[in-house]
Amino acid sequence: MGPELRSWKEPHRLVLIGIGIGIILLAAVTMRWDWLPRYSWRLVEGVGTTLWLLFLTSVMGFMLAVPLGIAQAAGPWWLAGPARAFCTVIRGTPLLLQLWLLYYGLGSLFAQYPEIRDSWAWPYLRSAWPYGVLALTLSFAGYEGEVMRGAFAGVPKGELEAGRAYGMSPWTSFRRIWLPRAIHRALPTLAGETVLQLKATPLVATITVVDVYAIISRVRQDTYLTYEPLLLLALIYMMLTGVLVMAFRWLEAKVPVKGG
Amino acid sequence: MLEWIAGLASWELLALEPPGWGGVLLKGLAVSLQVAVGGYLVGFVIGVGGATGKLYGGPILRDILDVYTTLVRAVPELVLILLLYYAGTDALNKFMMLIGAGPMDISGLVAGIFVIGVVQGAYQTEVLRGAFKAVPHGQIEAARAYGMSSPQVLRRITLPGMLPHAVPGLSNLWLIATKDTALLAVVGVAELTLVTRQAGGTTKSYFLFFCAAGLLYLMVTLISNVVIRRIERHARRGMPAVR
Repeated sequence: MGPELRSWKEPHRLVLIGIGIGIILLAAVTMRWDWLPRYSWRLVEGVGTTLWLLFLTSVMGFMLAVPLGIAQAAGPWWLAGPARAFCTVIRGTPLLLQLWLLYYGLGSLFAQYPEIRDSWAWPYLRSAWPYGVLALTLSFAGYEGEVMRGAFAGVPKGELEAGRAYGMSPWTSFRRIWLPRAIHRALPTLAGETVLQLKATPLVATITVVDVYAIISRVRQDTYLTYEPLLLLALIYMMLTGVLVMAFRWLEAKVPVKGG
Repeated sequence: MLEWIAGLASWELLALEPPGWGGVLLKGLAVSLQVAVGGYLVGFVIGVGGATGKLYGGPILRDILDVYTTLVRAVPELVLILLLYYAGTDALNKFMMLIGAGPMDISGLVAGIFVIGVVQGAYQTEVLRGAFKAVPHGQIEAARAYGMSSPQVLRRITLPGMLPHAVPGLSNLWLIATKDTALLAVVGVAELTLVTRQAGGTTKSYFLFFCAAGLLYLMVTLISNVVIRRIERHARRGMPAVR
């Protein structure tokens, strides 16, 4: 991951950093950035929406992934089969297609029924974000469910048998041994999955959810600029990824991950 | 509910001939597969070059490659595709102007292959670099000691040795490439996802068409999985089985 930290003070690095700063300065001087102050607040709000989407869908997706993992690792065939099929379908089709299936497909189906149109849920079902949240959650659950399957299957049998020898009921040994050990084993993959999830969030802008990507699209429409907004957007995502990676590194240092 | 089932059952919409949209979907699938294969191969060329550069290149080349792989992996594919699509076609047009030719109409197909290739290249660089490094150094030294030339070492020791380590990562990237082609819908390349939305929009049977397209993508993945398993078994022959 990333450049290994030799030293940034090596002479060729200083030259490269100089060139990098030069390019940034050149971009700042020669390109048009006068739109930035007008949109800065909306951009901050967009970043907030993106992060909120990321947090919400990752947490809900992970909560779905745990039962999906158990079902595949130890469930009876009538649970394991559907769980495996779900993970295969989610992982085997593009997220954009799933998103559009839910938004256009389900959305247009709902609109056909007056009972649904008159219900309390209609204002929500008519807006785009529930479909975005649902698609991102299912996607995270599908990918992480596969990871959890391996994590549950990889917990040493001896530990579970030891729990039973201590007189724990199946539920107690699940709660005290199996689940915590499986989550522990899955933790190292969580950082990567969350970064992937962050990179998936801009897709919801295609169904009119207003995240930071949508704000930038708006800027592009208003100002007829092509590169400036997109470059800023790339920079924003790079910073978000960097912060995420560092946060997970900090978290992993707190939790002893090795020895799983 | 009855309406819904009737809507689902309007299978004649999927007919291959023009009143039906089946042929359009299959053509979209062909475009998707072309972009995926092309982009994957471009990515492989970049990946081999990038991995070699990262392992044997000078400090400047290594740093530049680090910047490339880090940048590409930190920015959403959707944003990269937009940036590279516009920048790529722009740069080519400027170049054509410079040599005096008129602006060229770049097909979405070629632009898509270029974009997917640049993205895949960054990931494949990392996979191949890891696989190169997994070959025990002693084996390469032994081959040298036997008097093998560098190409011989590459052909007889390094490539067969790295293959079992590279295949899982590379096959995963192939599956990602097939799915990333869907993002080209956003820049208007007529691949499977975009033509599916057009079909749905025209006929209002979104559900039917998106499910049909999903099945097509799923078939690509499942068939790929069968082939990948065969390649993996071949690459890992003589090695202990993994769980």
